[in-house]
Amino acid sequence: MIDAWLDDFLVRAVLAGLMVAAVAGPLGAFVVWRRMAYFGDTISHSALLGVALGFLLGTNLNLMVTIVCVAIAVLLVILQRRQELASDTLLGILAHSALSLGIVAVTFIEGLRVDLMAYLFGDILAVGTSDLLAIAIGGGIALLLLVLLWRPLLALTVHEELARVEGVPVLAVRLGLMLLIALVIAAAMQVVGVLLITALMIIPAASARRFASTPEQMALLAGVIGMLAVIAGVWGSFQYDTPTGPTIVVAAMLGFILVHLLPARLLPQFGGR
Amino acid sequence: MSAPESDHSPLLDARDISLERGGKLILDRVSVQIPPAEVAVVIGPNGAGKTSLLRVLLGLWQPTRGQVKRRRGLRIGYMPQRLQIEPVLPLSVRRFLTLRQRAPRAELLAHLERVGVPHLLDKPVQSLSGGEMQRVLLARALLNRPNLLVLDEPAQGVDIVGQGEVFRLIDDIRRETGCGVLMVSHDLHLVMAGADAVICLNQHVCCTGRPEEVSRHPEYQRLFPTADVQGIGIYKHDHNHVHDLHGEVHDLDDNGTGGSHGCGHAHHHGQGRPKR
Repeated sequence: MIDAWLDDFLVRAVLAGLMVAAVAGPLGAFVVWRRMAYFGDTISHSALLGVALGFLLGTNLNLMVTIVCVAIAVLLVILQRRQELASDTLLGILAHSALSLGIVAVTFIEGLRVDLMAYLFGDILAVGTSDLLAIAIGGGIALLLLVLLWRPLLALTVHEELARVEGVPVLAVRLGLMLLIALVIAAAMQVVGVLLITALMIIPAASARRFASTPEQMALLAGVIGMLAVIAGVWGSFQYDTPTGPTIVVAAMLGFILVHLLPARLLPQFGGR
Repeated sequence: MSAPESDHSPLLDARDISLERGGKLILDRVSVQIPPAEVAVVIGPNGAGKTSLLRVLLGLWQPTRGQVKRRRGLRIGYMPQRLQIEPVLPLSVRRFLTLRQRAPRAELLAHLERVGVPHLLDKPVQSLSGGEMQRVLLARALLNRPNLLVLDEPAQGVDIVGQGEVFRLIDDIRRETGCGVLMVSHDLHLVMAGADAVICLNQHVCCTGRPEEVSRHPEYQRLFPTADVQGIGIYKHDHNHVHDLHGEVHDLDDNGTGGSHGCGHAHHHGQGRPKR
């Protein structure tokens, strides 16, 4: 029966979107707290390079995207340490070079007609059962990693040196975060595309801030808000015949505006500890 | 666990530390020993490498040459210079205190009580003033029951009255717990009176010794020509202005235009302005 149900492309689309949003939201909270929005953009733009490599080598695309994203992230961290260029300059160079390189590489592949738009803006309606499985595995690993790393990651976010003095293995935790971001990007690529992945991370998290009084609340709410945006976006794109990925982001943006227009007293406040 | 060799072995023993960063020599063969249950203060002008030395002693940075030995079983409570938490991160003082290790509410309250701010437990950290934040940071450093308390400019961003209180608090805590204290400061008068040993740093160690000895040392007087030698006291503070013959107030750091403001007492004290 589930099989029959999964035959519906709309059901698969919504399921894929929900799974991605459930991880992207909580991770997005960290991206917002650590001011990594541009960093996330840079990594996700390099995902296209992973797609091209995957086609060339004939390997699993999701795996290749994850590997390339981690590699670019580590490269970025090493380059940032040298501090010859300002961080935003470095990110700008890498983001756009990786994107352009990816597009050039994809078009070079012979005998293959790749729908570039699907990778740039997502193609959630084309999600197949095997894609769904890949998203579930990648997202599941990412969520597990996030739960395991939660406390040290939070300590690191508040004050890195203090965390180090208190014995947090900073390097390992940061590498873990890179892997986490790469996994989510690989999973989200099909849903919103490489250009819009960061939006799915930071917009729900930024909306969740207004309701939350603990880090955990903010992360969980970001997941929930992202899932609502996915449902609204898929519905909207079906209703108005618009591209699904951008419609999901528009839905998230409308939610963000709504949350920030409402006076504080109308918002439910979760009692904090 | 075996007992340390002797109770008087130093908590930290740094020998001939040199540090280069970006091709620049920041520390030049610095040797420092931190004995237990004493207050050691590192002073020096801006850019002297005080914070760098602290980072090396804490193990955050690897020295280019030389090594730092830690006594076995050393527990460091570290209070960083300043801590700014993004407003977008919802974090209460309670959560901040328990980021690394969980602790029952009563214990957290006891520590906050010790530093004089028990009412802050459930407040968002972003709502704290500079002085309140310093106290919370101190409480957090104490949670780990440290035998060495490391403080980087502990009175930054605290007003002049609060500064005296922070130093007195640190002194009290040292007496109660018997922990060693290593402190970095560029404010001489405030810290010298409470110090057992002063290390005057300017890339290399200029001079070390008891506060009175250091303050009479020619190297020290060359580094801090304006320091008045007699005026060592916890509540002594520095003026950054001078009164001219007409009794008008001039700031030391402006170019003689200070007389133009009307009110004779519209001046502020050197470290006395809160940061935010």
